[in-house]
Amino acid sequence: MTSPASGSARDLLRLDGTAETDRICEALGGQVRDVLKRRGLVLGLSGGIDSSVCAALAVRALGKERVIGLFMPEEDSSPDSLELGRAVADWLGIRSFLENVTPMLEGAGCYHRRDEAIRSVLPEYGPGYKSKLVLPPSSRSAYNIFSVVVESPEGVQKRARLTGEAYLAIVAATNFKQRVRKMMEYYYADRFNYAVLGTPNRLEYDQGFFVKNGDGSADVKPIAHLYKTQVYRLAEVLGVPEDIRRRPPTTDTYSLAQSQEEFYFALPYDKLDVCLYGLNHGMTAEAIAPLAGLTVEQVAFAYKDIRTKRTTTGYLHERPLLVDAVPLAT
Amino acid sequence: MQTEIRQFVVDNFLFGQQDRPLGNSDSFLESGVIDSTGVLELIAFLESRYGISIDDEELVPANLDSIDRVSGFVDRKLKMKGADVV
Repeated sequence: MTSPASGSARDLLRLDGTAETDRICEALGGQVRDVLKRRGLVLGLSGGIDSSVCAALAVRALGKERVIGLFMPEEDSSPDSLELGRAVADWLGIRSFLENVTPMLEGAGCYHRRDEAIRSVLPEYGPGYKSKLVLPPSSRSAYNIFSVVVESPEGVQKRARLTGEAYLAIVAATNFKQRVRKMMEYYYADRFNYAVLGTPNRLEYDQGFFVKNGDGSADVKPIAHLYKTQVYRLAEVLGVPEDIRRRPPTTDTYSLAQSQEEFYFALPYDKLDVCLYGLNHGMTAEAIAPLAGLTVEQVAFAYKDIRTKRTTTGYLHERPLLVDAVPLAT
Repeated sequence: MQTEIRQFVVDNFLFGQQDRPLGNSDSFLESGVIDSTGVLELIAFLESRYGISIDDEELVPANLDSIDRVSGFVDRKLKMKGADVV
């Protein structure tokens, strides 16, 4: 058990929400108008804190008539996501479109390929079952070795460690979800001559928690420099509806409910924010531990995990590598 | 066994590049040779080649993070099984 991040930790990540909102909106408006030369912004609305804050920023930067929100549920999405996404669009008064992406995912074989890979380690998995990938609880190993958890229609759960082949097959299949959604976002962007807004926060951007050419792809990423704690601060300033601010972060990618800590991050976001801040500012594990409500050993592990993820996901940030530089107009 | 494990690592993770320095005690993680996905491949190789079963608790760098550690770990597993070292 660990205690919550302390008040001093909040001081560490404190920001002037109003000033930061103004700064982002000024940058965003200029980027869309002068650099990208597009008429507005498209973004997916998941009902989560990041996309809700981004939508509100886009409206402040460009006006509600220049922002389009997309709802893109699929078979495994939580019904809350659509409901909360609609609430955001209604709150902001923006145009929105509903695109159920299940048929496209079926066409790509997303579910079929995923289920086949799960059955290679748990043969009983079949119709009516739910599933998710998880890391070992509070992983203290240097390895992030995934297990699959399945739940039978009767509610019985079973877990099995994944083979390398099964892990890669499941991830490759489920990544269709983020990529199909991005394809729809660019459809609307082309349709209206808009740009696409990506919604990663700093933790996700820094730690490679995105799918290349899926949710990682966008023309602007206005909150990629903000720690998740700071995104919540902006949500307050922008007046994001309370039920969205209270909703725990979720991946909403697998049919069984899955937290981001189970899937990717070794710690809850508020503690990881403090660790990431500490690492970025050259602070020792001893200095950060009391602020994060963690032991020195836990912070040292978090520092190591952050560095490892930066290394192993570095290629996600790379542009295509060329043999010779090709000069382009700037 | 150590030679076999080295060969697997070089073939799979270094694309057969023999001239890249990789000491028997060099950390796979620190040298960037093997990440978590690579460990899954290594586990599959060890389990099928040596007929051993590796438990979740055994998936730690102390057992798997260098050629020396892997061969020592497999050696112990085989002895526990009562099998001859291959």
